[in-house]
Amino acid sequence: MKVLSFILQKEFRQIFRDKTILAMMFAVPTFQLIILPLAANFEVKNVNVAFVDYDRSTYSQELLNKIASSGYFRIVGNTISYTDALEMIEKNEADIILEIPNGFERNLVREGSQKVNMAVDAINGTKSAIGGGYLMAVLADFNSSLDVNIKSPKSSTIATAPRIDVTYSVWYNPLEEYKYYMVPGILVLLLTLIGGFITALNIVREKEIGTIEQINVSPIKKWQFILGKLIPFWIVGIIVFTIGLTVMYVVYGIFPKGSIPVLYLFAGIYLIALLGFGLLISTFSNSQLQAMFVAFFFMMVFMLMSGFFTSVDSMPAWARQISNLTPVTHFITVVRLIVLKGSGFAQVKMEFLYLVIFALLLNGAAIFNYRKTS
Amino acid sequence: MSEKAIICKDLTKQFGDFKAVNKISFDVGQGEIFGFLGANGAGKTTAMRMLCGLSFPTSGEASVAGFNVYKQQEKIKANIGYMSQKFSLYENLTTFENIEFYGGVYGLSRKEIKKRGEDMVTMLGLANEAKKLVGELPLGWKQKLAFSVAIFHRPKIVFLDEPTGGVDPVTRRQFWDLIYEAAADGITVFVTTHYMDEAEYCNRISIMVDGKVEALDTPASLKKEFNTSSMDEVFYQLARRAQRSGD
Amino acid sequence: MKQLFSFIRKEFYHVFRDKRTLLILFGLPVVQIVLFGFALSSEVKNIGITVFDNAHDNNSEQIINKIKASPYFLFKAPVKNYADIEEQFKEGSIKCALIFPVNFAQELARSGRAQVQIIADGADPNTATILVNYLTAIIADYQQQLNPTARLNYQIIPEVRQLYNEEQNGSLNFIPGVIALIFMIVCTALTSVSIVKEKELGTMEILLVSPFKPIMVLIAKAVPYLILSIINFIIILLLSVFLLHVQIRGSLPLLFAESILFIITCLSLGLLISNVTNSQQTAMLISMMGMMLPTLLFTGFMFPLENMPKIFQFISYIVPSRYYYIIIKAVMLKGLDFSYVWKETLILTGMSLFLLTVALKNFKTRLQ
Repeated sequence: MKVLSFILQKEFRQIFRDKTILAMMFAVPTFQLIILPLAANFEVKNVNVAFVDYDRSTYSQELLNKIASSGYFRIVGNTISYTDALEMIEKNEADIILEIPNGFERNLVREGSQKVNMAVDAINGTKSAIGGGYLMAVLADFNSSLDVNIKSPKSSTIATAPRIDVTYSVWYNPLEEYKYYMVPGILVLLLTLIGGFITALNIVREKEIGTIEQINVSPIKKWQFILGKLIPFWIVGIIVFTIGLTVMYVVYGIFPKGSIPVLYLFAGIYLIALLGFGLLISTFSNSQLQAMFVAFFFMMVFMLMSGFFTSVDSMPAWARQISNLTPVTHFITVVRLIVLKGSGFAQVKMEFLYLVIFALLLNGAAIFNYRKTS
Repeated sequence: MSEKAIICKDLTKQFGDFKAVNKISFDVGQGEIFGFLGANGAGKTTAMRMLCGLSFPTSGEASVAGFNVYKQQEKIKANIGYMSQKFSLYENLTTFENIEFYGGVYGLSRKEIKKRGEDMVTMLGLANEAKKLVGELPLGWKQKLAFSVAIFHRPKIVFLDEPTGGVDPVTRRQFWDLIYEAAADGITVFVTTHYMDEAEYCNRISIMVDGKVEALDTPASLKKEFNTSSMDEVFYQLARRAQRSGD
Repeated sequence: MKQLFSFIRKEFYHVFRDKRTLLILFGLPVVQIVLFGFALSSEVKNIGITVFDNAHDNNSEQIINKIKASPYFLFKAPVKNYADIEEQFKEGSIKCALIFPVNFAQELARSGRAQVQIIADGADPNTATILVNYLTAIIADYQQQLNPTARLNYQIIPEVRQLYNEEQNGSLNFIPGVIALIFMIVCTALTSVSIVKEKELGTMEILLVSPFKPIMVLIAKAVPYLILSIINFIIILLLSVFLLHVQIRGSLPLLFAESILFIITCLSLGLLISNVTNSQQTAMLISMMGMMLPTLLFTGFMFPLENMPKIFQFISYIVPSRYYYIIIKAVMLKGLDFSYVWKETLILTGMSLFLLTVALKNFKTRLQ
């Protein structure tokens, strides 16, 4: 125990003299939390629609107006040539083409149905995909507004046709502001970056300088050495988490709905798991570059699979398994649940169990792998 | 024989087919200053690492301070001091902070550390530099400091790996004064070097060539045996036969 | 010239001896391609849904069955009260709930109108909107089923085509992004670290005292990574074509030429970074953290650029990967020719020249 206190004293002294770590502790969280949500915006707005109207009728004009006034779209072209519209897609000026065929209005009134062509720029990714969905919703809306306005011979059956009205309400984030979704995720990203890299780099640096040898030749026990590394960086991680929570509140006004102590409990366990992971990486790496690359590789895979960018639900079964095997996934889920929905410990106890298992496994592997004698 | 500080018999370290250390046998008495010489690549550092408990021997026996290098490494470590070529002091800690850390690691109490540390710093003439970061000290002072830290906990044996590289002869002599004092206090000194003049300072030396011990005796006896008045010549005659050279 | 080659060969040895870094270097794009191609997508599927069925009648049963059959939803155990709905939301097992009123069937039969309520989880706003749309569509479909004769009049039926991705492969748009990211990281980080390492070890001074011209030192350092990046690029292309069935519509030579240009831009950036720092750690941090973030954010492949505040859009103009991304999309996926990308090419060339000049000048002055 006494030896541990000497080790901790040395580690803390070194941390506070290391400008890079200090910068990372304070500057990086603030920076990330402010910049990222501003940039990382999946909101759908300003989807550029090239309108190709071969009909030029009242209906097509009404449709155009409806789309233009919906607030999501920008009409960037109103032509009578599909080729022109395609050119706009090629030049990245348009995201979607909506083509109204000749006879649109006439067919609609006479036959009661009419096809329109929607071409979505699949390479523009998320924006076009979601934009396409919204455009279809606008079309459906336009559809139903037509019914009410126009009488037709077949309308007599309408009155007796059963109609199911759908109302909906949105719980948690009723204003559907994107920041509520992104910011907690970014907090997790932050903690992951710092926790994952810091121990790995620190220990490998000692290997490179040679001070590790001095430790190995001394009577320091393995557990003392490892705790001596874990504890200071754990504290750094918690400080970063606190700064993150503060920025989240001060800048975005997001205050966790659920219990803050439970949030810290999870952050604490998550950090232990991550730091253990960094430790494990350091036992395999001989140079700082290697450690950084390996850590980067795993962090990237973890973040991608965690549900931060894309949802875990939409993954195929094998990918979901992998996702469940990463600690990041569980922590992100919990943070979102606690911050946005006010979930209590009882509701997330499974995730807690997972995180504990990860912490044990990773640290256990690291301890097993670390050898004082080679 | 537990009076001997270090005993090794047929100690070997093999990497694949390559025998870095090939069946070396020797012993070192308590309080001796033992010089472990050899060219670069001869296997000195590898041998020393085995004796310090930093690497497992492939075969052979050895005991350090009476403890077995295979089974009792942690006991060995508690009883030795070590100064590596890179002399492993933390550059971003001050002189005193380094002393404090290593003192604590070897089990000294804070009071002892304070007292001994102050004495040591005064004796080294580093009293004014005690609060300075080690990284700011000149090389010669770092070396002396590293040595003092290595024997701070009064170990039975201290292992020094090429401790005087890169400094002028005067500083080297001052360093060896420290070694003499330590030996006078009863600490066994096991030092590797490739400076042949330092060989003269030792009680006995051994010379390693290609992983084997090719000479083991006092400097005076060796000079007589090889019929020369300088250790350089002794070394030259032995090393000429070497196959391995270079790090 | 011969000296340069032997220098370059030595650099290659350094690189190939570090097996672990090599593994990651080549493994990273492979893993990303596999993930983006098969695992990640912005589609909405398997959404957990529960039903609070107060009616328990034929109609509600049938609607529930439709939901069970839909690939968009994953039906979880039905609940018996509001509190349970909340509990399930809080456990994260559902993202929406459907509520049927008590007299659902009767109301439908009697007055021809009945109501259902959807509760959506607003935590992810996009998912909420989309799943409400899906549910509404399922219900509308059922409504249609009840009265096959009375069609919903005036149906506008959109036929959707995915341009450049008729086969509807996962997330194609990520491939150019992955390529840009890998180049940026590998070229910039590895090059800068390699040079700074020599500075740290002190061997740089030895090189500079030798008859080598300074520019040769820089070239020798950069060449192995140039070659590695090209190999990486080929691997990514092969994977995209054979694993993801992506069609490379544009001209291959143009694709390679543009990619080499971008690689050179990244290498120049690496050279510049190596000039401004003396510690490996800083070089790494600047290259990876410093460059990675802008590349991820401001290239435009992860998040749409148009949504960002104007100041970010300005910043994105000086991020090289933004231009490369446009070029790659145009040439590789859309099959366009040079006339569409000459502007971006010019900008990249300008950036490379600028960075190289500054790096070289800086390198020389440090020698004085």
